[in-house]
Amino acid sequence: MRKEIPFLISALTAMFAVLAFFIPHKPFGGLQQKMLVWYSVVTGVAMLIGVESLLNNHYKRIRRRENILYSSFLIFGFLITFVLGVYSIRKYGDAFAPNSPFMFIFNYAEVPLQSTMFALLAFFIASAAYRAMKIRTVEASLLLAAAVIVMLGRVPAGAQLWSGMPKFAEWIMEIPNLAAQRGILIGVALGSVGMSLRIILGIEKPYLR
Amino acid sequence: MNKLGKILSNINRQVIYLLVFLVVALPMILGIKAKVTVTEPVRKAYEFIDSLPPGSFILIGIDYGPSTFPEMNPMLYALLRHAFKKNLKVGILALQNAVNIPIGSQVLRAVAKEYGKKYGIDYVNLGYKPGWDAVIVSIGREIRDVFPEDAFGTPLDSLPITRNIHNYDDIALVIDLASGGTWASWIQFAQARFGVPVIIGVTAVMGPESYPYLQSGQIKGLIAGLKGAAEYETLIHHPYLGVRGMPAQSGVHILIILLIFVGNIGYLLQKRSKT
Repeated sequence: MRKEIPFLISALTAMFAVLAFFIPHKPFGGLQQKMLVWYSVVTGVAMLIGVESLLNNHYKRIRRRENILYSSFLIFGFLITFVLGVYSIRKYGDAFAPNSPFMFIFNYAEVPLQSTMFALLAFFIASAAYRAMKIRTVEASLLLAAAVIVMLGRVPAGAQLWSGMPKFAEWIMEIPNLAAQRGILIGVALGSVGMSLRIILGIEKPYLR
Repeated sequence: MNKLGKILSNINRQVIYLLVFLVVALPMILGIKAKVTVTEPVRKAYEFIDSLPPGSFILIGIDYGPSTFPEMNPMLYALLRHAFKKNLKVGILALQNAVNIPIGSQVLRAVAKEYGKKYGIDYVNLGYKPGWDAVIVSIGREIRDVFPEDAFGTPLDSLPITRNIHNYDDIALVIDLASGGTWASWIQFAQARFGVPVIIGVTAVMGPESYPYLQSGQIKGLIAGLKGAAEYETLIHHPYLGVRGMPAQSGVHILIILLIFVGNIGYLLQKRSKT
Protein backbone atom coordinates (compact mmCIF):
# COMPACT_ATOMS: atom_id res chain seq x y z
CA MET A 1 0.00 0.00 0.00
CA ARG A 2 2.96 2.32 0.53
CA LYS A 3 3.46 2.36 -3.24
CA GLU A 4 -0.13 2.05 -4.42
CA ILE A 5 -1.66 4.96 -2.48
CA PRO A 6 0.88 7.61 -3.63
CA PHE A 7 0.49 6.27 -7.18
CA LEU A 8 -3.32 6.54 -7.02
CA ILE A 9 -3.14 10.11 -5.63
CA SER A 10 -0.67 11.13 -8.30
CA ALA A 11 -2.52 9.46 -11.22
CA LEU A 12 -5.99 10.68 -10.21
CA THR A 13 -4.80 14.24 -9.52
CA ALA A 14 -3.06 14.41 -12.89
CA MET A 15 -6.08 13.00 -14.73
CA PHE A 16 -8.47 15.42 -13.01
CA ALA A 17 -6.16 18.33 -13.86
CA VAL A 18 -6.08 17.32 -17.53
CA LEU A 19 -9.88 16.80 -17.63
CA ALA A 20 -10.51 20.13 -15.89
CA PHE A 21 -8.36 21.92 -18.48
CA PHE A 22 -10.36 20.53 -21.41
CA ILE A 23 -13.80 20.47 -19.71
CA PRO A 24 -14.05 23.74 -17.77
CA HIS A 25 -17.67 22.96 -16.69
CA LYS A 26 -19.16 21.42 -13.54
CA PRO A 27 -17.98 19.35 -11.77
CA PHE A 28 -14.47 19.65 -13.28
CA GLY A 29 -14.29 23.48 -13.34
CA GLY A 30 -15.00 23.77 -9.59
CA LEU A 31 -12.69 20.90 -8.84
CA GLN A 32 -9.89 22.65 -10.68
CA GLN A 33 -10.34 25.75 -8.49
CA LYS A 34 -10.16 23.56 -5.38
CA MET A 35 -7.02 21.85 -6.66
CA LEU A 36 -5.42 25.21 -7.37
CA VAL A 37 -6.08 26.27 -3.77
CA TRP A 38 -4.56 23.00 -2.52
CA TYR A 39 -1.59 23.60 -4.80
CA SER A 40 -1.01 27.06 -3.27
CA VAL A 41 -1.31 25.62 0.25
CA VAL A 42 1.10 22.76 -0.55
CA THR A 43 3.59 25.24 -2.09
CA GLY A 44 3.41 27.43 1.03
CA VAL A 45 3.95 24.43 3.32
CA ALA A 46 6.80 23.21 1.10
CA MET A 47 8.56 26.55 1.70
CA LEU A 48 8.27 26.03 5.47
CA ILE A 49 9.68 22.53 5.10
CA GLY A 50 12.52 24.01 3.06
CA VAL A 51 13.38 26.48 5.84
CA GLU A 52 13.26 23.71 8.45
CA SER A 53 15.44 21.45 6.30
CA LEU A 54 18.02 24.19 5.66
CA LEU A 55 18.31 25.12 9.34
CA ASN A 56 18.41 21.50 10.44
CA ASN A 57 21.12 20.67 7.93
CA HIS A 58 23.36 23.54 9.06
CA TYR A 59 22.66 22.85 12.74
CA LYS A 60 23.85 19.25 12.18
CA ARG A 61 26.98 20.52 10.44
CA ILE A 62 27.80 22.74 13.42
CA ARG A 63 27.34 19.77 15.76
CA ARG A 64 29.62 17.68 13.54
CA ARG A 65 32.10 20.61 13.50
CA GLU A 66 32.06 20.88 9.68
CA ASN A 67 32.32 24.40 8.20
CA ILE A 68 31.25 25.86 11.54
CA LEU A 69 31.85 29.45 10.45
CA TYR A 70 29.68 29.33 7.30
CA SER A 71 26.86 27.37 8.94
CA SER A 72 26.85 29.61 12.03
CA PHE A 73 26.76 32.68 9.80
CA LEU A 74 23.77 31.26 7.90
CA ILE A 75 21.82 30.53 11.09
CA PHE A 76 22.80 33.89 12.57
CA GLY A 77 21.70 35.66 9.37
CA PHE A 78 18.40 33.78 9.35
CA LEU A 79 17.69 34.62 12.99
CA ILE A 80 18.59 38.32 12.60
CA THR A 81 16.38 38.61 9.50
CA PHE A 82 13.52 36.74 11.18
CA VAL A 83 13.68 38.78 14.39
CA LEU A 84 13.90 42.09 12.52
CA GLY A 85 11.04 40.99 10.25
CA VAL A 86 8.79 40.20 13.22
CA TYR A 87 9.83 43.45 14.95
CA SER A 88 9.10 45.46 11.78
CA ILE A 89 5.66 43.88 11.45
CA ARG A 90 4.85 44.69 15.09
CA LYS A 91 6.17 48.26 14.96
CA TYR A 92 5.38 49.34 11.37
CA GLY A 93 2.57 46.94 10.51
CA ASP A 94 4.56 45.57 7.54
CA ALA A 95 8.07 44.10 7.27
CA PHE A 96 8.51 45.90 3.96
CA ALA A 97 7.63 49.37 5.35
CA PRO A 98 10.12 51.94 3.94
CA ASN A 99 11.95 52.78 7.22
CA SER A 100 11.73 49.40 8.92
CA PRO A 101 14.91 47.63 10.16
CA PHE A 102 14.00 44.67 7.94
CA MET A 103 14.15 46.89 4.85
CA PHE A 104 17.45 48.31 6.11
CA ILE A 105 19.16 44.93 6.06
CA PHE A 106 17.38 44.07 2.83
CA ASN A 107 18.60 47.22 1.05
CA TYR A 108 22.08 47.40 2.57
CA ALA A 109 23.01 43.72 3.01
CA GLU A 110 20.98 41.38 0.83
CA VAL A 111 20.73 43.51 -2.33
CA PRO A 112 24.45 44.46 -2.52
CA LEU A 113 25.58 40.93 -1.60
CA GLN A 114 23.43 39.19 -4.18
CA SER A 115 24.14 41.80 -6.87
CA THR A 116 27.87 41.42 -6.22
CA MET A 117 27.68 37.65 -6.49
CA PHE A 118 25.87 37.96 -9.82
CA ALA A 119 28.26 40.66 -11.06
CA LEU A 120 31.21 38.31 -10.50
CA LEU A 121 29.90 36.40 -13.53
CA ALA A 122 31.27 39.16 -15.79
CA PHE A 123 34.81 38.38 -14.60
CA PHE A 124 34.39 34.62 -14.97
CA ILE A 125 32.71 34.90 -18.38
CA ALA A 126 35.53 37.10 -19.71
CA SER A 127 38.14 34.62 -18.49
CA ALA A 128 36.17 31.58 -19.72
CA ALA A 129 35.53 33.13 -23.16
CA TYR A 130 39.25 33.84 -23.58
CA ARG A 131 40.17 30.25 -22.72
CA ALA A 132 37.34 28.25 -24.31
CA MET A 133 36.21 30.05 -27.48
CA LYS A 134 38.72 28.70 -29.99
CA ILE A 135 38.28 28.18 -33.74
CA ARG A 136 39.03 24.45 -33.53
CA THR A 137 36.27 23.32 -35.93
CA VAL A 138 33.98 24.88 -38.55
CA GLU A 139 31.04 24.69 -36.11
CA ALA A 140 33.05 26.40 -33.37
CA SER A 141 34.09 29.13 -35.83
CA LEU A 142 30.44 29.74 -36.80
CA LEU A 143 29.45 29.92 -33.15
CA LEU A 144 32.26 32.33 -32.45
CA ALA A 145 31.33 34.58 -35.39
CA ALA A 146 27.66 34.64 -34.28
CA ALA A 147 28.69 35.42 -30.68
CA VAL A 148 30.93 38.32 -31.77
CA ILE A 149 28.19 39.82 -33.99
CA VAL A 150 25.52 39.52 -31.28
CA MET A 151 27.87 40.91 -28.60
CA LEU A 152 28.67 43.90 -30.78
CA GLY A 153 25.12 44.36 -32.01
CA ARG A 154 23.71 44.43 -28.46
CA VAL A 155 25.77 47.46 -27.37
CA PRO A 156 25.97 51.04 -28.67
CA ALA A 157 29.64 50.57 -29.64
CA GLY A 158 28.56 48.03 -32.29
CA ALA A 159 26.27 50.56 -33.99
CA GLN A 160 29.11 53.10 -33.95
CA LEU A 161 31.43 50.62 -35.68
CA TRP A 162 28.85 49.79 -38.35
CA SER A 163 25.28 51.12 -38.42
CA GLY A 164 23.96 47.78 -39.70
CA MET A 165 25.39 45.82 -36.76
CA PRO A 166 22.26 45.95 -34.49
CA LYS A 167 20.06 44.78 -37.40
CA PHE A 168 22.49 41.96 -38.22
CA ALA A 169 22.53 40.88 -34.55
CA GLU A 170 18.73 41.05 -34.47
CA TRP A 171 18.57 38.90 -37.62
CA ILE A 172 20.74 36.25 -35.90
CA MET A 173 18.40 36.33 -32.90
CA GLU A 174 15.21 36.21 -34.98
CA ILE A 175 16.16 33.58 -37.59
CA PRO A 176 18.95 31.10 -36.72
CA ASN A 177 18.54 31.48 -32.93
CA LEU A 178 14.77 31.25 -33.15
CA ALA A 179 14.94 28.10 -35.29
CA ALA A 180 17.21 26.41 -32.74
CA GLN A 181 15.16 27.64 -29.77
CA ARG A 182 11.93 26.42 -31.34
CA GLY A 183 13.45 23.00 -31.94
CA ILE A 184 14.59 22.84 -28.31
CA LEU A 185 11.15 23.99 -27.09
CA ILE A 186 9.32 21.35 -29.13
CA GLY A 187 11.75 18.73 -27.86
CA VAL A 188 11.27 19.82 -24.25
CA ALA A 189 7.47 19.88 -24.66
CA LEU A 190 7.39 16.38 -26.13
CA GLY A 191 9.71 15.19 -23.37
CA SER A 192 7.42 16.75 -20.73
CA VAL A 193 4.35 15.05 -22.25
CA GLY A 194 6.19 11.71 -22.27
CA MET A 195 7.38 12.13 -18.69
CA SER A 196 3.90 13.18 -17.52
CA LEU A 197 2.36 10.10 -19.15
CA ARG A 198 4.96 7.88 -17.49
CA ILE A 199 4.07 9.39 -14.09
CA ILE A 200 0.29 9.15 -14.69
CA LEU A 201 0.63 5.51 -15.75
CA GLY A 202 2.90 4.70 -12.82
CA ILE A 203 5.90 3.73 -14.97
CA GLU A 204 7.94 6.47 -13.32
CA LYS A 205 7.51 7.21 -9.60
CA PRO A 206 9.80 10.16 -8.72
CA TYR A 207 7.70 10.92 -5.59
CA LEU A 208 8.75 7.61 -4.02
CA ARG A 209 12.49 8.35 -4.23
CA MET B 1 56.38 32.12 -32.89
CA ASN B 2 55.82 29.36 -30.38
CA LYS B 3 56.87 31.67 -27.52
CA LEU B 4 54.53 34.44 -28.66
CA GLY B 5 51.73 31.90 -29.06
CA LYS B 6 52.30 30.68 -25.51
CA ILE B 7 52.24 34.23 -24.11
CA LEU B 8 49.03 35.09 -25.96
CA SER B 9 47.37 31.83 -24.88
CA ASN B 10 48.29 32.14 -21.23
CA ILE B 11 47.30 35.59 -20.08
CA ASN B 12 47.02 35.54 -16.32
CA ARG B 13 43.48 35.34 -14.97
CA GLN B 14 44.13 38.25 -12.61
CA VAL B 15 45.10 40.47 -15.56
CA ILE B 16 41.77 39.66 -17.24
CA TYR B 17 39.88 40.47 -14.02
CA LEU B 18 41.71 43.80 -13.73
CA LEU B 19 40.87 44.68 -17.34
CA VAL B 20 37.18 43.85 -16.77
CA PHE B 21 37.17 46.03 -13.67
CA LEU B 22 38.74 48.93 -15.57
CA VAL B 23 36.41 48.79 -18.59
CA VAL B 24 33.38 48.74 -16.26
CA ALA B 25 34.56 51.36 -13.79
CA LEU B 26 36.22 53.90 -16.07
CA PRO B 27 33.22 54.75 -18.32
CA MET B 28 31.12 55.21 -15.17
CA ILE B 29 33.71 57.39 -13.43
CA LEU B 30 34.39 59.47 -16.55
CA GLY B 31 30.66 59.79 -17.36
CA ILE B 32 31.05 58.60 -20.96
CA LYS B 33 27.79 58.69 -22.93
CA ALA B 34 26.57 56.28 -25.60
CA LYS B 35 23.89 56.59 -28.29
CA VAL B 36 21.35 53.78 -27.97
CA THR B 37 19.77 52.16 -31.04
CA VAL B 38 16.22 50.89 -30.49
CA THR B 39 15.44 47.34 -31.64
CA GLU B 40 12.09 46.00 -32.85
CA PRO B 41 11.12 43.85 -29.80
CA VAL B 42 11.45 46.84 -27.44
CA ARG B 43 9.72 49.20 -29.87
CA LYS B 44 6.78 46.77 -30.07
CA ALA B 45 6.48 46.76 -26.25
CA TYR B 46 6.59 50.56 -26.17
CA GLU B 47 4.03 50.95 -28.94
CA PHE B 48 1.61 48.52 -27.33
CA ILE B 49 1.72 50.31 -23.97
CA ASP B 50 1.50 53.65 -25.73
CA SER B 51 -1.67 52.52 -27.50
CA LEU B 52 -3.54 51.68 -24.28
CA PRO B 53 -6.31 54.14 -23.39
CA PRO B 54 -5.76 56.24 -20.21
CA GLY B 55 -7.23 54.57 -17.13
CA SER B 56 -6.47 51.03 -18.34
CA PHE B 57 -5.32 48.67 -15.58
CA ILE B 58 -1.99 46.94 -16.12
CA LEU B 59 -0.49 44.25 -13.94
CA ILE B 60 3.29 44.10 -13.48
CA GLY B 61 4.90 40.92 -12.13
CA ILE B 62 8.03 41.66 -10.10
CA ASP B 63 9.68 38.30 -10.53
CA TYR B 64 13.32 39.17 -10.15
CA GLY B 65 15.38 39.25 -6.99
CA PRO B 66 18.30 41.23 -5.61
CA SER B 67 20.83 39.30 -7.75
CA THR B 68 19.41 40.63 -11.04
CA PHE B 69 18.29 43.93 -9.51
CA PRO B 70 20.85 46.10 -11.42
CA GLU B 71 19.77 44.64 -14.75
CA MET B 72 16.02 44.53 -14.17
CA ASN B 73 15.26 47.59 -12.05
CA PRO B 74 15.97 50.05 -14.90
CA MET B 75 13.22 48.28 -16.90
CA LEU B 76 10.73 48.77 -14.09
CA TYR B 77 11.61 52.46 -13.77
CA ALA B 78 11.17 53.01 -17.51
CA LEU B 79 7.90 51.04 -17.76
CA LEU B 80 6.36 52.78 -14.73
CA ARG B 81 7.37 56.21 -16.02
CA HIS B 82 5.70 55.43 -19.34
CA ALA B 83 2.59 54.01 -17.64
CA PHE B 84 2.13 56.97 -15.29
CA LYS B 85 2.83 59.45 -18.08
CA LYS B 86 -0.02 57.76 -19.99
CA ASN B 87 -2.25 57.81 -16.88
CA LEU B 88 -2.52 54.05 -16.74
CA LYS B 89 -3.45 52.30 -13.48
CA VAL B 90 -0.72 50.00 -12.21
CA GLY B 91 -0.85 46.92 -10.00
CA ILE B 92 2.24 45.00 -8.94
CA LEU B 93 2.50 41.46 -7.63
CA ALA B 94 5.25 38.90 -7.04
CA LEU B 95 4.91 35.19 -7.75
CA GLN B 96 8.50 33.97 -7.68
CA ASN B 97 9.74 35.11 -4.30
CA ALA B 98 8.48 37.24 -1.41
CA VAL B 99 11.61 39.43 -1.39
CA ASN B 100 10.79 40.66 -4.89
CA ILE B 101 7.94 42.74 -3.56
CA PRO B 102 10.05 45.29 -1.63
CA ILE B 103 12.17 45.79 -4.76
CA GLY B 104 9.11 46.58 -6.84
CA SER B 105 7.32 48.62 -4.21
CA GLN B 106 10.31 50.91 -3.64
CA VAL B 107 10.53 51.71 -7.35
CA LEU B 108 6.75 52.06 -7.59
CA ARG B 109 6.62 54.52 -4.69
CA ALA B 110 9.51 56.57 -6.11
CA VAL B 111 8.05 56.83 -9.63
CA ALA B 112 4.51 57.43 -8.34
CA LYS B 113 5.87 60.37 -6.31
CA GLU B 114 7.53 61.80 -9.44
CA TYR B 115 4.18 61.82 -11.24
CA GLY B 116 2.00 62.75 -8.24
CA LYS B 117 0.12 59.43 -8.25
CA LYS B 118 -1.82 58.17 -5.23
CA TYR B 119 -1.87 54.70 -3.67
CA GLY B 120 -5.19 52.90 -4.07
CA ILE B 121 -6.30 55.26 -6.83
CA ASP B 122 -3.50 55.10 -9.40
CA TYR B 123 -1.46 52.16 -8.20
CA VAL B 124 -1.71 49.16 -5.92
CA ASN B 125 0.65 46.60 -4.43
CA LEU B 126 -0.94 43.14 -4.35
CA GLY B 127 1.98 41.45 -2.60
CA TYR B 128 3.32 37.93 -2.95
CA LYS B 129 1.57 34.57 -3.44
CA PRO B 130 3.33 31.19 -3.81
CA GLY B 131 2.47 28.65 -6.52
CA TRP B 132 2.58 30.85 -9.59
CA ASP B 133 0.80 28.55 -12.07
CA ALA B 134 -2.17 28.23 -9.73
CA VAL B 135 -2.27 31.96 -9.03
CA ILE B 136 -2.13 32.89 -12.72
CA VAL B 137 -4.99 30.50 -13.58
CA SER B 138 -7.05 31.64 -10.58
CA ILE B 139 -6.84 35.31 -11.60
CA GLY B 140 -8.63 34.23 -14.79
CA ARG B 141 -11.71 33.43 -12.71
CA GLU B 142 -11.58 36.06 -9.94
CA ILE B 143 -8.54 37.94 -8.66
CA ARG B 144 -10.05 37.98 -5.14
CA ASP B 145 -9.71 34.18 -4.97
CA VAL B 146 -5.95 34.63 -4.64
CA PHE B 147 -5.58 38.28 -3.68
CA PRO B 148 -8.58 39.14 -1.48
CA GLU B 149 -6.55 42.05 -0.05
CA ASP B 150 -3.60 44.17 -1.11
CA ALA B 151 -0.13 43.77 0.46
CA PHE B 152 -1.22 45.90 3.46
CA GLY B 153 -4.39 43.97 4.26
CA THR B 154 -6.88 46.36 2.63
CA PRO B 155 -9.70 44.47 0.85
CA LEU B 156 -9.60 44.98 -2.91
CA ASP B 157 -13.22 46.19 -2.85
CA SER B 158 -12.17 49.08 -0.58
CA LEU B 159 -9.63 50.42 -3.07
CA PRO B 160 -10.96 52.51 -5.99
CA ILE B 161 -8.31 51.11 -8.35
CA THR B 162 -9.27 47.45 -7.83
CA ARG B 163 -13.01 47.78 -7.08
CA ASN B 164 -13.94 46.86 -10.65
CA ILE B 165 -11.05 44.51 -11.38
CA HIS B 166 -12.19 40.88 -11.28
CA ASN B 167 -10.28 38.87 -13.88
CA TYR B 168 -8.26 39.20 -17.09
CA ASP B 169 -11.25 40.80 -18.86
CA ASP B 170 -10.55 43.88 -16.72
CA ILE B 171 -6.78 43.80 -17.16
CA ALA B 172 -5.47 45.51 -20.31
CA LEU B 173 -1.97 44.10 -20.12
CA VAL B 174 0.30 41.86 -18.05
CA ILE B 175 4.00 42.70 -17.94
CA ASP B 176 6.26 40.14 -16.30
CA LEU B 177 9.75 41.25 -15.34
CA ALA B 178 11.38 37.93 -14.66
CA SER B 179 14.71 36.34 -13.93
CA GLY B 180 13.11 32.89 -13.50
CA GLY B 181 10.38 30.81 -15.10
CA THR B 182 7.27 32.86 -14.31
CA TRP B 183 7.17 34.58 -17.71
CA ALA B 184 6.50 31.25 -19.45
CA SER B 185 3.53 30.59 -17.15
CA TRP B 186 2.04 34.02 -17.87
CA ILE B 187 2.24 33.17 -21.58
CA GLN B 188 0.94 29.59 -21.20
CA PHE B 189 -1.98 30.41 -18.92
CA ALA B 190 -2.83 34.13 -18.91
CA GLN B 191 -2.20 34.72 -22.62
CA ALA B 192 -2.96 31.35 -24.25
CA ARG B 193 -5.96 30.47 -22.08
CA PHE B 194 -7.49 33.84 -21.23
CA GLY B 195 -6.20 35.96 -24.10
CA VAL B 196 -4.72 38.80 -22.05
CA PRO B 197 -1.86 40.63 -23.85
CA VAL B 198 1.54 39.91 -22.29
CA ILE B 199 4.86 41.76 -22.49
CA ILE B 200 7.95 40.31 -20.88
CA GLY B 201 11.15 41.81 -19.55
CA VAL B 202 13.92 39.31 -18.91
CA THR B 203 17.63 39.22 -18.20
CA ALA B 204 19.95 39.39 -21.23
CA VAL B 205 20.86 35.70 -21.02
CA MET B 206 17.17 34.74 -21.06
CA GLY B 207 16.42 36.91 -24.11
CA PRO B 208 17.17 34.34 -26.85
CA GLU B 209 14.74 31.74 -25.46
CA SER B 210 11.86 34.27 -25.53
CA TYR B 211 12.09 35.05 -29.26
CA PRO B 212 9.77 32.22 -30.43
CA TYR B 213 6.93 33.74 -28.38
CA LEU B 214 7.53 37.16 -29.91
CA GLN B 215 7.42 35.82 -33.45
CA SER B 216 4.26 33.80 -32.75
CA GLY B 217 2.56 36.94 -31.39
CA GLN B 218 2.06 35.43 -27.92
CA ILE B 219 3.94 38.36 -26.43
CA LYS B 220 3.40 41.91 -27.56
CA GLY B 221 6.97 42.96 -26.88
CA LEU B 222 10.23 41.87 -25.34
CA ILE B 223 12.69 43.85 -23.24
CA ALA B 224 15.92 41.96 -22.63
CA GLY B 225 18.69 42.99 -20.28
CA LEU B 226 20.14 46.38 -19.48
CA LYS B 227 20.27 47.16 -23.21
CA GLY B 228 16.50 46.60 -23.44
CA ALA B 229 15.98 48.98 -20.52
CA ALA B 230 18.25 51.56 -22.18
CA GLU B 231 16.22 51.26 -25.38
CA TYR B 232 12.97 51.79 -23.49
CA GLU B 233 14.44 54.81 -21.70
CA THR B 234 15.41 56.21 -25.11
CA LEU B 235 11.86 55.72 -26.39
CA ILE B 236 10.29 57.54 -23.43
CA HIS B 237 12.98 60.26 -23.64
CA HIS B 238 14.03 59.69 -20.06
CA PRO B 239 17.62 58.36 -20.02
CA TYR B 240 18.35 56.80 -16.66
CA LEU B 241 20.13 53.72 -15.24
CA GLY B 242 19.97 51.67 -18.46
CA VAL B 243 21.48 54.37 -20.70
CA ARG B 244 24.08 55.13 -18.01
CA GLY B 245 25.19 51.50 -17.98
CA MET B 246 25.63 51.20 -21.76
CA PRO B 247 29.25 52.50 -22.05
CA ALA B 248 30.37 49.99 -19.38
CA GLN B 249 28.52 47.18 -21.14
CA SER B 250 30.04 48.22 -24.48
CA GLY B 251 33.47 48.18 -22.88
CA VAL B 252 33.06 44.66 -21.48
CA HIS B 253 31.69 43.28 -24.75
CA ILE B 254 34.59 44.77 -26.73
CA LEU B 255 37.09 43.50 -24.16
CA ILE B 256 35.67 39.97 -24.39
CA ILE B 257 35.87 40.09 -28.20
CA LEU B 258 39.50 41.28 -28.01
CA LEU B 259 40.34 38.55 -25.51
CA ILE B 260 38.79 35.90 -27.80
CA PHE B 261 40.77 37.34 -30.72
CA VAL B 262 44.06 37.31 -28.75
CA GLY B 263 43.37 33.79 -27.44
CA ASN B 264 42.75 32.52 -30.97
CA ILE B 265 45.91 34.13 -32.39
CA GLY B 266 47.87 32.41 -29.63
CA TYR B 267 46.12 29.12 -30.38
CA LEU B 268 46.83 29.37 -34.14
CA LEU B 269 50.48 30.32 -33.60
CA GLN B 270 51.01 27.35 -31.29
CA LYS B 271 49.23 25.04 -33.73
CA ARG B 272 51.40 26.24 -36.63
CA SER B 273 54.63 25.78 -34.69
CA LYS B 274 53.57 22.23 -33.75
CA THR B 275 52.86 21.27 -37.39
